[in-house]
Amino acid sequence: MADSEVLRAPHVLEYPYVRSVGPVIGAFLTGLRDGRILGAQSRDAQGKATVIVPPTEYDPVTSADVGALVEVGQSGVVTTWSWAPEPKKDQPLDRPFAWVLVRLDGATTAMLHVVDAGSLDAMSSGMRVTARWRPAAERVGRVQDIECFVPEAANP
Amino acid sequence: MSDPGTITDSGSSGEAPVTMLATPIRLDYQYTAGLSQSRFLQGIAQGKFIGQRCPACHKVYVPPRGSCPTDGVATTDPVELSNSGTVTTYCVVNVPFQGQSIEIPYICAQILLDGANIAFMGLIQELPATDVRMGMRVEAVWLPKDQWGLTMASVKYFRPNGEPDADYETFKEYL
Repeated sequence: MADSEVLRAPHVLEYPYVRSVGPVIGAFLTGLRDGRILGAQSRDAQGKATVIVPPTEYDPVTSADVGALVEVGQSGVVTTWSWAPEPKKDQPLDRPFAWVLVRLDGATTAMLHVVDAGSLDAMSSGMRVTARWRPAAERVGRVQDIECFVPEAANP
Repeated sequence: MSDPGTITDSGSSGEAPVTMLATPIRLDYQYTAGLSQSRFLQGIAQGKFIGQRCPACHKVYVPPRGSCPTDGVATTDPVELSNSGTVTTYCVVNVPFQGQSIEIPYICAQILLDGANIAFMGLIQELPATDVRMGMRVEAVWLPKDQWGLTMASVKYFRPNGEPDADYETFKEYL
């Protein structure tokens, strides 16, 4: 038998997990479905007020319970980014894009998302971006309800 | 902490809060069978069980993996095996699970084909689950010939072949 006669076949493993999200992430996802971005009020080790986005149930630094959830801005600053020149299957966008950490207006922490900037040249740390939402009817309560962020000037 | 519900209720769409999140995982593999398993599956497509013999210890492995786990040498000598074999040990499945395609209770058995020196797993049908026993003689039941393919699904199941039970001494080393 020649090597060309060695058999090959697709072998697909699928795990249809469904997670329960808890009261805080659940409220965050509910907010996304409704077109709003929520963060958790907290205080840092020096007692200074902070807003954690996405909200966590406990402050990641002090471990204290967080306070009330508040709505933050839908625009913010890219703190760091990585260019994805060849998007893979199931990635958020089907064209070259940037993975970013974006610190939204009113937030203390940055969250992971993507920026549809068109080209690498349009990306820079410190650039301002704003959320582009999926149509309300398509939103289900997941982070992809924000389709992506776009440079602020491109989406006035 | 304060109740996050107070803020999500104000100005929300009025739909129920999100409590669950679907996070499916899908792994797309390309499985390469290798030479030995490919030959075995080519045999299955022709209605035959093809094993391989170790040149050192002369044991016959089915399905063949290409080497002898005892001697560490390649097993290249093909051996056609019988359509009949012996149940060495078995399990009666009584527990339903997601994706189950066979009505419970059913019998999952280790079957030592005549001429082989290792048992493989097979489904036993055409007898009540309570009647299966070690040493039971069984035979493979195949799909209609035009449905044979490069898959073990070509073998529907095994069933009793009517012969007297095998003596324990003949299969005790394969347990």
